[in-house]
Order: sequence, then structure tokens, then C-alpha cells
Amino acid sequence: MLLAFVLLPAAAAAVSLLIRGHRLRRALLVSTAVVHAALVAWRAIDAGSFPAVGAAIALDAAGLLFLGVTSLLFLAVSTYAAGFLARETGATRTDVEEGFLFDNSPEALFTACLLAFLSAMSLVTLSAHLGVLWVAVEATTLLSAPLIHYHRHHRSLEATWKYLLVCSVGIAIALLGTYFLAAAGSVGGPASGSASGSAAGEGSPVGLTFPQLLTRARELDPRWLKAAFILLVVGYGTKMGLAPLHTWLPDAHSEAPSAVSALLSGALLNCAFLAVLRVHAICSAAGIGSFSRDVLLAFGLFSMAVAAVYVIGQPDFKRLLAYSSVENMGILAVGVGIGGLGDWGSLFHAVNHSLVKAALFLVAGNILAAYGTKRAAEVRGLAGRLPASGALWVAGFFAIAGAPPFGAFLSELAILRAAIEAGSWLLAAVYSILLLAVFVGMAAIVARMLGGAAASRQREPASQLAAPIALLAIAAGLGLYVPRFLDGALREAARLWGG
Amino acid sequence: MTLWVEGFLVALVLTNLWLLGSSRLFPCIAAVAVQGVLLGALPLVIRIDAPAWRLALQAGVSLGLKGIAFPLLLLRAARSLEVKREVEPFVGYPASLIAGIALLAASLALGARLPIPGALRPLLLVPAVFFTAFTGLFVIVGRKSAIMQVLGYLAMENGIAGFGMALAEREPLLVEMGTFLDAFVAVFVMGITIFHINREFDHIDSGRLSSLKD
Amino acid sequence: MAAVAPGIAQLALALLLAPLLPGVVNKVKAAFAGRRGAPLLQAYYDIAKLLAKSAVYSRTAGWVFRAGPVVGLSAAVVALAALPWAGARALLAFDGDLILFAGLFGLARFFTIAAALDTGSSFEGMGASREAAFSALTEPALLLALAALARRSGSLSLSGILGGQGIGAAGGAAVLLAAGAVFVVLLAECSRMPVDDPTTHLELTMIHEVMVLDHGGVDLAFIEYGAAVKLWAFGGLAVSALLPGQGSRGAWVPDAALALAGMLCVGLLAGMVESVMARLRLSRVPQLLVAALAMSALALALVFVRQ
Repeated sequence: MLLAFVLLPAAAAAVSLLIRGHRLRRALLVSTAVVHAALVAWRAIDAGSFPAVGAAIALDAAGLLFLGVTSLLFLAVSTYAAGFLARETGATRTDVEEGFLFDNSPEALFTACLLAFLSAMSLVTLSAHLGVLWVAVEATTLLSAPLIHYHRHHRSLEATWKYLLVCSVGIAIALLGTYFLAAAGSVGGPASGSASGSAAGEGSPVGLTFPQLLTRARELDPRWLKAAFILLVVGYGTKMGLAPLHTWLPDAHSEAPSAVSALLSGALLNCAFLAVLRVHAICSAAGIGSFSRDVLLAFGLFSMAVAAVYVIGQPDFKRLLAYSSVENMGILAVGVGIGGLGDWGSLFHAVNHSLVKAALFLVAGNILAAYGTKRAAEVRGLAGRLPASGALWVAGFFAIAGAPPFGAFLSELAILRAAIEAGSWLLAAVYSILLLAVFVGMAAIVARMLGGAAASRQREPASQLAAPIALLAIAAGLGLYVPRFLDGALREAARLWGG
Repeated sequence: MTLWVEGFLVALVLTNLWLLGSSRLFPCIAAVAVQGVLLGALPLVIRIDAPAWRLALQAGVSLGLKGIAFPLLLLRAARSLEVKREVEPFVGYPASLIAGIALLAASLALGARLPIPGALRPLLLVPAVFFTAFTGLFVIVGRKSAIMQVLGYLAMENGIAGFGMALAEREPLLVEMGTFLDAFVAVFVMGITIFHINREFDHIDSGRLSSLKD
Repeated sequence: MAAVAPGIAQLALALLLAPLLPGVVNKVKAAFAGRRGAPLLQAYYDIAKLLAKSAVYSRTAGWVFRAGPVVGLSAAVVALAALPWAGARALLAFDGDLILFAGLFGLARFFTIAAALDTGSSFEGMGASREAAFSALTEPALLLALAALARRSGSLSLSGILGGQGIGAAGGAAVLLAAGAVFVVLLAECSRMPVDDPTTHLELTMIHEVMVLDHGGVDLAFIEYGAAVKLWAFGGLAVSALLPGQGSRGAWVPDAALALAGMLCVGLLAGMVESVMARLRLSRVPQLLVAALAMSALALALVFVRQ
């Protein structure tokens, strides 16, 4: 029954390749998303009807959290995508930046890849075996590459190539890390071998299933484990967008269609974060939790710093959002790196960021479609021309920058509190300064876009607005009141690594 | 270490040097193909304790995929691209070879640091697979031609998969097949992208793909 | 006296048989080309003919020009004296004589280059610069290969290193790699294809030939004989590294027969490589030499790993 999360979108992807009618295909897209979300809701209420499949496929608290976010996001994005595809299909488009003509990918291919992408991301959340996790993450890379290359021109091709190569290399490094982890389980650490009473190699290997690794973590050789952790953080961190491994992120997010960017930023980065969290959990259980936390902290702060540098004075508003994603991934890493309340804060922030960033990308898509440019300097009078989108744009900016009443405020505050409670005042100061820097950088750009002389008011179809409104509303709601089930889910997930 | 095993691992190291030093495309493709075949046969040679049918399956899939399918794919891509002009790499060929020697020394040092799990593993095994992975990474970074970058990725995957095979760890067969499948789809997707790049740009020099920047 | 008898005997044998090797190489090339080729003893006839002639010296050339061939030949002969063959101890055996071996050839090369520069011709200068550049790559390859062999056998003298275990014992892969590297060095140093074409005199294709273009008579005889001795020395190095030596067979004669067969094989192999491969573009030659360097480095690494 758990495999339904993976098999249903995969089957829909196969079917969508065969369907000829565009409208039918778009209906299939949205309906698959709805069914998927419904299944997730059912699982959240009733865990019993979704038993684990062998040792490799199981859904624990963290997995369910991320699966829920992914599913919700996909539902919102699919409604937007249906409208988007209706506009884009068939016509030859004129490029907004350089003015040449280009084609789009066939819609069937796009829809199929989108659904298969959902399938792969679901598999990531369902993996209880590190090997399956790896296969799933690699699959997400390969399935999202055609999505980035939807607009067939040289810039998107360049972005796709960079994405493919950088992420594939990263994932290959993660595979090596996975093997190192297996080796750590075979060699035997401090507690191994006691049962059989002889030297290393005599006890049974720990294997790569997550529950086994957690319970027998003390048996892992610390040297191999540390090396494995570094490799896995570098590998999955590439996918997650931690600096200095983030180089694919701005290009891919700015050249992909907005719906795809929303999914990449909102869902895919989270799945990579989940992978990193799982490894961190193993390290915590093995007793080297402080080492893994320090590594994550370093990466996190560096990501925030790099993002701050590139956000300030960023001419392209989609790249601005991409760098904001890098910053938020940094915040997630910092949160986990601090530990304690920071774990809860990180997870909550992951949820908030997904919702808000997806909404922002969708609104950016509206702006792009209306103004025909990605340069923020050329967007003027947003409030007058696209009042709904303008309002959403501002709201989204406030949300992502961590202003109340949105949920991100609570999560970022939680991480700050954790830093102060841990006594690292310097860390708290640096964290706050970087957050402020990004806030100021983004504020300048967003404010300039809003004001100015407006052209006449443009019509904004409902399909373009429904998804961002819904997502931002949920984010706002979370800021005002964290529902009990969510809070419980967050706590239970954080407990996985001693949070 | 018997002569057989040692010869095997030395041959593996030599394929890497071959890859680093060749300027033409076909010897590079051949080198990576030979690597794949050698690594597929590696579990049989160092006698990993696993059921024979499984080892045979591994060797067979590795041979079929990495020894035959990938080279064919890449050769077809290369031929259809009609790559005529040699793309000068970032790092020249003699310099690449010398860098390869340095990487070999580094792999040997690394192999000595990390104790090999399981008893009776040949001493040269871990350095050889590390060297393969490092070589792959070096080729990705140092070469400009997109096909060479895919070859570097394949070599890196070869090295890492070799390390996985060297462990006595018995992964579920499905995971292993999944890894192979992923590698196949990756090369497939990359091949298609290279085809598009050639159609769009009239070259496959990734050093010239630089219009997106901050 | 009895102790040095094998040394003297093998030196005499080598000096006698050395010009046979170029003859073997040429015969192989002819066979590949479908010709009958020059007689096997052609090199002897050439040397004899040249000894009877006199040389013409240019007014611009000084004493270095005359010294070049002499130093070249004498260095090659002394290096040969340090090389053990067929398992017997060399005449000049002492710890560190492998450095002497490499150094003597370096000396010979220096004088050849200097003699070429002494003519004042830019043609020879070009050849000299090429030779100097390539030897910068072959020297490390040779030394690393020797180091690998030395480490494996635990001795610092060529007589202890070679003629010991050969390829059969443990570490055979290292020996094979080292021998391969030495073979490539042989191709480069003795100006064989694919590094240099010994039969043409075109500017594009020469390295060694161009340096000796102006020598004649006795000088040229010394140069030709010295080249043959050098070929024998490097070939002997490769063969002795690969073959198991004294002690495995007892008497010296079967060892010698086996070693002779090995030298023949070296000649055969060199001839085959010359017939099959075209000369490499000059910018590609460093690639080949660095590959040889990589092979000897790998051999050294292998030897270290097993310790």
C-alpha cells in the first residue's frame, strides 16, 4: 500500500505519454495530484493501512512530514501548471531576453516527467534503506533535467547541462559515501564483535537499512563513519544547494519554467535535506553527533553568506529567488547544526520555506508572463498592473524574509533561540546579520518592482492565482497557529536525531 | 596477492592512465569500456563470498552495460555529432598524466589510511578503485568536450561501483540493479542533452557554455 | 681472476654482438615490408668501411666536435661493463652503479649535444634541443624504473637487482611495468620509431640523425658502434629484469642462451614497433614519454604497496 505513493504517479506518467488530448492529459495531472494528496492525508490519519514493504520501504515521522509537503506542493503546482501548459503549448515563443524564437518541449513529455518526478520524490521519502534513497535521489536528478529544458533554447540547455553534470557528480560522491557507511558497518567499531567474541569482521555487518543503522550505530567504525558523513553531506548537499556546491541552482531555477522552479525549490531541496538528516541521525546515534553538527553548521553559515553576497544587487528576480533558496537551505543546515530547539526550528522552516518559495516562484511566473522580462529593473508598477500578483509578491517576500505573521518568522526565531540557549552568541549574531543582509537586499529589489508608473491593469486568470494564494494562506496560518498534529509530527521527526 | 589479482588491478590503473593521456575520443571510450569489464569481473577474481549466480549476474550486467551498451551509445553520439575539431582541454595531456601519477600516489596514501573491511582483500584494491574515481573526477573538471565529461562521469561511477563491489556487503539485489539502471539512464539523458547541445550550439565545448552567470 | 672472468666474458660478447642488433631490427622491418633487406652483418660492414675513411672537419668546429663520438662510445662501453647479463656479475659492480649507468648515458648525451652545437649549424642545434627536451622526460622514467627494481630486490647494485628473481616471483607486475617503461626509454634514447625515424634525413622527422649529420669517417664509425652498444645496453637491462637469473639453471651457458634469445626478442620487438607504428607528431612524443614515466611510477608504487 505504501508503494502506491510511488507507483500511482509513475503509472500516470506512463499513461500521459500515451494520451493524445491535451486537456485530458492536464486533467490526469491534476487528478493524480489530488489522489496522491488524499492518500497522504489518509496515511497521516491512519498509519495502520500503510504497512512497511520489507526492510527497504517504510514511512517514519520525518518521511511522512516531507511526503506531505511534497504532495501538497505538487497539488498546488499542478493546478498552476495546467493553466501554464494551456498557454504555452503549440505556439512558437519569443525569448524574453534575447528576442529569438524557440520551441517548447512536447507537452506529453513535460507532463510525464512531472509525474515521474513526483514518483521519485515520494520514493525518497519512503526509503528506509540508504541504497534505495540513493537510487531515488539520482532518479529525481535525471527526471527533472528534461523539465528544466522545457523551453528549448541555449540558455536552458546550458542550465540543464550544468544541472546534470554537477548533480550527477554530487550524487556519485554520495554513493561513495553510502559505500563508506556500509564499510563502517562491516569493519566494526567500539561495540562490535562482542557478541561473537572475536576481532573485527566476525560480527554480522550492520547493513544499510535505516532502523538497523540507528540501533546498532555504536558498532560503526568512527573513522569510516566520519569520512562517510563528509562524502554524503557533500553529495546530497550538492542536491540540496549548500554552498559551495550550489552552482547549478541559480541557473536551473531561473531558466526552468516557474512551475518547475517551484517544485525544485520547494520539494526537491527538501528531499535532499531529508537525506542529509538521515545521515546526521546515524552519526548522532553513533556518538559523533557533535562532529556532524559542526560540519552542517559550517556549510549552513557559508551558504547563508554566499547567498547574501549574491542577493544584494541581483538584477534577475528569478535568480534572486534561487539565491534565497540557497540562503534558506543554509538556515536549515544551521538549525540542525545547533541542535536542540534548532532541530524543530529547521523542520518547521523547511515546511514554511517550501510553501512560500513555491508561491513566490509561481507569482514570479505571472510577472514574467505579463512583463516579458526577468530583469527586476524593467518591472515597474507591479501594484497597478497586476494587483493580485503584486500583493502576493510582497506577501511572499515578507514571508520568506521571516516577518510575522508568517510561519518563517517562528522557525527562524526558534533557530535563533536555540543558538542563544546553546550559548553561542557569536553564532547568533552572525546568523542575524546574514538574515538581515538578505532581507535588505531583497527588500530593495522588491520595493522597486512594486512602485512606479503603472500600465493599465492586466487580467490575471484564476489558475495563476489560486495556487499561490492557497500556499501563502497556509504559510500565514502556520505563523498564527501551529496545529497540534503538525507540531507533534515535527517533534517526532526531530526526535530521530536526538532533537 | 596472486599475480592474477595484481595484474587485474594494475590493468585497472593502466586504463585510467590511458584515459588521462589519450587525446582522441575513441581510445578514451575504449579505456572506460575496458574499465567497466574489469570491474565487472573483479568480484570473480578476488573471490568475494557471495553466491556464484549473483556474482555471474553482476559480471554479466556490468559487461553488457558498461562494456557494450555505454560505448555503443557514446560512439553513436560521437559519430552523429561529427566531432572533428579537437577541443583543447583545460589541462594538457602530459600534465594530465603527471596529475594522474600524483592522484595515484594520493590514492595509495588514502588506501593505507583506511583499513579495509573484510579479511584478505588485496592491498592494491582500495587504491585502485579510488584512483579510478579520482581520475573520473579529474577528467570531468579538466576536459572541455561534453562527451569527455560524460566519460569522466562513467569512470567515476566505475571507481565508486568498484569500491562497492569490493566490500563484502551484500546489498539487496534490487538496489544493485537500481544503481546500474541509474547509471544507464544518466548516460542516456546526458547523451540526449549532448545531442541537443550540438544542435543548438554547433559545438560540444562546455567551456564555451558560459552565458549564464552572475 | 676467476671472479671477473664472467664479467669480462660477457662484456666481450656484448661488444662483439652489439652491431648485430641493428641488423636484426632492419631485417624485421624488411620482412614486414616484403623485402629481403640488408644482410644481418651490414652494421659490421658499415663500421669497417667507415674506419677506413677519413673525416672532414669544419673550420668552425672545435675540440668538442671531435670529442663527442669518442666520449659517446667510451661511456657506452663503460656502462655496458656495469650491466650484468645472463645472471653473471658485471665487471664494474658496486653499490649505486645503477646511477653510474644512467649517468654515463647522460654524459654521452651531453657530449653529443655539445658536439652538435659546436658545428654552429642551426640544423644540428634543432636536433640537439629536441634531444635535450625529450631526455628530460626519459631520465626520470629510467631512474624510477631502476628504483622500483632496486626496491624490489633490496640491492643497490645492478648486479644484485638484475638476474635475480625475474618476472616469475612476487611483484611480477611491477617488473613488467618497469621493463615496459625501459623499453619505451629504449625507443626514445636509441632513436627508434615512434620517437625518431632512423632512416630519414628530413628536418621534420629527425632527432638523433640530425645531430650526427656532420660526422664522418672514424667519428661516424664510433657513433654507429656506440649506438649499437647503447641499444644492447638498454635491451639487456629490460631482458635481465624480466628473466630469472643464475641459480635457477645452474651453469652459465643455458642462462646465456636464454639471454641471447631475449636480446633477439628485443630486436624483434623494436623492429615490429618500427614497422607497425608511424612516427609520432613531435608534440605527441612527450605524451608517450610521460606515459612511460607513469608506468615506472606505477611500478614503484606497486613495489612500495607490497612492503
